[in-house]
Amino acid sequence: MQKLLAWIDDRFPMTKVWEEHLAKYYAPKNFNFWYYFGSLALLMLVMQIFTGIFLTMHYKPDTGLAFASVEYIMRDVDWGWLIRYMHSVGASFFFIVVYMHMFRALLYGSHKNPRELVWIIGMVIFVALMAEAFMGYLLPWGNMSYWGAQVIISLFDAIPVVGPTLSEWIRGDFVISDATLNRFFAFHVIAVPFILAALVFVHIVALHKVGSNNPDGVEIKKKKGPNGIPLDGIPFHPYYTVKDIVGVSVFLMIFSAVVFFSPELGGWFLEHDNFNTANILQTPPEIVPLWYFTPFYSILRANTFAFFGIQAKLWGVIFMGLSIVLFFFLPWLDRSPVKSIRYRGWMYKTALTVFVVAFFTLGYLGTRPAAGPNLLIAQVSTVLYFAFFFLMPWYTTIDKTKPVPERVT
Amino acid sequence: MSEEGVNPRRRRLLAITTGLGLVGTAFAVTPFVLSMMPSARAKAAGAPVEVDISKIEPGQLLTVEWRGKPVWILRRTPEMLKSLSSDESLVADPISAADQQPIYAQNATRSIKPEFLVLVGICTHLGCSPAQRLEAGAASGLGEGWPGGFFCPCHGSKFDLAGRVFKNVPAPTNLVVPPHTYLSGTRIMIGVDTKGAA
Repeated sequence: MQKLLAWIDDRFPMTKVWEEHLAKYYAPKNFNFWYYFGSLALLMLVMQIFTGIFLTMHYKPDTGLAFASVEYIMRDVDWGWLIRYMHSVGASFFFIVVYMHMFRALLYGSHKNPRELVWIIGMVIFVALMAEAFMGYLLPWGNMSYWGAQVIISLFDAIPVVGPTLSEWIRGDFVISDATLNRFFAFHVIAVPFILAALVFVHIVALHKVGSNNPDGVEIKKKKGPNGIPLDGIPFHPYYTVKDIVGVSVFLMIFSAVVFFSPELGGWFLEHDNFNTANILQTPPEIVPLWYFTPFYSILRANTFAFFGIQAKLWGVIFMGLSIVLFFFLPWLDRSPVKSIRYRGWMYKTALTVFVVAFFTLGYLGTRPAAGPNLLIAQVSTVLYFAFFFLMPWYTTIDKTKPVPERVT
Repeated sequence: MSEEGVNPRRRRLLAITTGLGLVGTAFAVTPFVLSMMPSARAKAAGAPVEVDISKIEPGQLLTVEWRGKPVWILRRTPEMLKSLSSDESLVADPISAADQQPIYAQNATRSIKPEFLVLVGICTHLGCSPAQRLEAGAASGLGEGWPGGFFCPCHGSKFDLAGRVFKNVPAPTNLVVPPHTYLSGTRIMIGVDTKGAA
């Protein structure tokens, strides 16, 4: 066994990689609940790819066959219902996990120096994940699939000059059609998963260069013992591999409960209108994206005013784009000298609370008709959402911070 | 990036080679990008549609499909036509100045014959199909002052009975009037312009 290992190590750095990234990769010893979600996101990526492979064995990307082939998977393919529900519920859980993972960064300042690139790569993963989910949602060719895609691709029409040509290029037709379904299948199954896997690899490489942040926001590499090992570090394996297995076990219990007892989750994970096949002459009474897009969808339709000579529609698209782009600039908008919320003052704590409330409010309103008081509340929440970012350089500068300890607590 | 020990001639050649390589890459990528444009078959599929309008009752709306889009043909009653002049203060573009209709439909009723309105039933905001709220008044659920028209449930845009967009709604322009022509008194062709008018 030793000889075989030596033989491999002479030809491939197996032991070196194992030690650098697991057995001798030192992570802060004070990880808490919020640090489960990175490994859970990886688990979800693997699960979506795995279940997806088996779905493609039976699914047909053809407007005449797609809807029926999904029903075929649900009824006639052995265990097909389980694989399909794992995939559809998995999509929602992927976003839950990723949103928790991102919120962790806001709590403990994981986006701040020196982890700006880890954050930016993570944001690219988030955008790719949204594209992946959006294109996957067209594939069952339900009525909400069709009209949801119709609305989102029409967003590109709002871009001046090149807009209409661009949306024709994306659709491959003048409307959502067989050409669109076929190419979305190609993107959803090959192109985007491939990009996602590559980005996740780069995300982890960048993370292992700078090391993980922790709930105290203290750089453990600054205090090393005589052996060169951070005093507050413990090897990732076995300490955090074992911790993450506990997280995975609990997560899978919750996941299984939804898959087996409420895979549609009352319309939140699979929308009722999508149990009808796509009908180009009949828009559903309410076009609602799945919950993970509704905060941004709310921002899209919140603006009803034309100003600076730009029509309301284009402003809506700009605001929605901006609501995501601003996240990329977070490391530079945040001027606070401390990372963790434990040592920040009341201003950041209040701002983050308001932001979370606004985010959930927008998310809920995105599922409701945009009229009357709902519209007004959505507009107020949109303003608060943007205030969190635009006022950040100001309130993180003047906010009173507490002294940060030398070592993790 | 130290310039020490660099042969400027070789560096220049390297830059030229890289530049040529990029041009070559652009050429090589072109077929793949263009392959995603609408195919010849998709372009050919947009054939005109012939519709018999004699069976539409006054106040009734018929939906037909043209180029994969819903097209509405509404036979307007005299009251409906009257609402078009009274709601001019509510709509954003009462004279149809924006290029959303063929020139022969750029008039007060946005139609060739005032009675028959032909519209592409897709909201100019984000492509939903608006719902019909043809009846005026509070029965429509849109308030006492509603003149009759269309309401887009997706984002709340409103249009009157000529497809003219209301002020302060997300949709920027009036609904599109597709090219159409009368073959006879009771038959129209959607997708073909009226001759002599264009």
